Amino acid sequence: MDTILKTCLYDRHVLLNAKMEPFAGYWMPISYTGIIEEHQAVRNHSGMFDVSHMGEIRVTGKDAIPFIEYVTTNEIQSKPFGKVIYGLILYDNGTCVDDLLVYKVADDELFLCVNASNVAKDYTWIVEHTEGFDVLVKNESDKWSEIAVQGPETEKIVMELMHLDLTDLTFYTFKYVVWDGHLLLISRTGYTGEDGFEIYGDCVAIPLIWDLFQLSGKVLPCGLGCRDTLRFEASLPLYGHEISDQILPIEAGLGSFVKFEKRDFIGKNALLMQKAAGLVHKLIGIELTERAIPRQGYEVFSGDLMIGHITTGYLSISTDKCIANALIDTKYAVLGEPIFVQIRKKMVPGIIRNRQYYKKNYKQ
Amino acid sequence: MSKVVDGLYYAKSHEWLKVEGNVGIVGISDYAQAQLGSIVFVDLPEAGAKVTMEAEFGAVESVKAASDLLSPISGNVIATNQAVIDNPELINQDAFGSWLIKIEIANPSEVDQLLSAKDYRFISK
Repeated sequence: MDTILKTCLYDRHVLLNAKMEPFAGYWMPISYTGIIEEHQAVRNHSGMFDVSHMGEIRVTGKDAIPFIEYVTTNEIQSKPFGKVIYGLILYDNGTCVDDLLVYKVADDELFLCVNASNVAKDYTWIVEHTEGFDVLVKNESDKWSEIAVQGPETEKIVMELMHLDLTDLTFYTFKYVVWDGHLLLISRTGYTGEDGFEIYGDCVAIPLIWDLFQLSGKVLPCGLGCRDTLRFEASLPLYGHEISDQILPIEAGLGSFVKFEKRDFIGKNALLMQKAAGLVHKLIGIELTERAIPRQGYEVFSGDLMIGHITTGYLSISTDKCIANALIDTKYAVLGEPIFVQIRKKMVPGIIRNRQYYKKNYKQ
Repeated sequence: MSKVVDGLYYAKSHEWLKVEGNVGIVGISDYAQAQLGSIVFVDLPEAGAKVTMEAEFGAVESVKAASDLLSPISGNVIATNQAVIDNPELINQDAFGSWLIKIEIANPSEVDQLLSAKDYRFISK
């Protein structure tokens, strides 16, 4: 068994009496005061998450942009510097290695943020495909700590407490700032469906910022528990649930992040062939018409026929509805159609719906 | 330190049983509710359902996870607590005051296999 690592905020989590669990090789806080209270804080006020476990990879060199356009699905060339671009890394067969954020720093420099549980796999995959490209790929995950501050009051609180002007940061843009002698990368991004920032810094700066927020009493510490309920309601995918090495991005409703018209990329041919042949699975939303909680792995039925399974489901905190994402046989993916979810011994009725469970509240 | 009430019987799976004549009243322990965190949903059988000792009869669910309920005793369900179904957080507030089901006990000698409050204190620390 490998040693479970600690983020630079570990001692603070313990002092705050957080419920800690190993996640992606780190001891991470699941919740502090309770998932529901933390979820509501992010929806209505402001909450902060330790996301130092996330992976950071820097790609530099003359071919940085063509190379990352080759190993990921989105288009980067035409985007301005300071833009953050969501995309996916695919295998040759079109299924997902991971999803990621690409930070466009310069023509010869991109900064990638990838899932904590996939850092080693992603880094290896990316490095293995550098042949023929003039690039240098560095795994900087150990150098960066990160906190996400999210919620409608976040902009005002962060600017006041950090004495920074962030009004120029529009949705999915970033900038470097020097704060108290430390280099920070701040982006207007997040994983909750609310406005907010993700702040990357070294392991001295990040605890200082955490303390600043926490001592103000204006930003509630939030754990991975509500991070999942929030991202689910905002229909944001999670690797291992809505996307995986078994699922194509175009089955998971992520087609807008796959740019077929750009230069060649890994997985493109497989996706085009699958598209031509017709997709087998489709990610849909389900709303149960009786009260019960559909959870990952539960089977979905049309009549007596098993047609798929739940990828994420909750009794949604913001809507009080029993809702779930499910990956089902495309033939049955018709809005409004009745289905059943097997929950323990019961077949619980529901209908197929869209996945916009909660209206995202971004500042454009 | 979670609360344990004297005079009740306890299952290793953290349900409590109060015996009143031939009726068994079942709930989950204070330790169990604390482990689960905020309870948001309770799935209970309807009156008339048959339950078996150590077999699943329903579930209590927090935001993140479902936890099976195992019956501490065999018999027929004669009542379910609608107040708890309507307000599952009552279990977090008072686990011993929030019964889940009442059972007409089929085999009274089964209680001998359950833990006393004294023994349960050791496993719920």
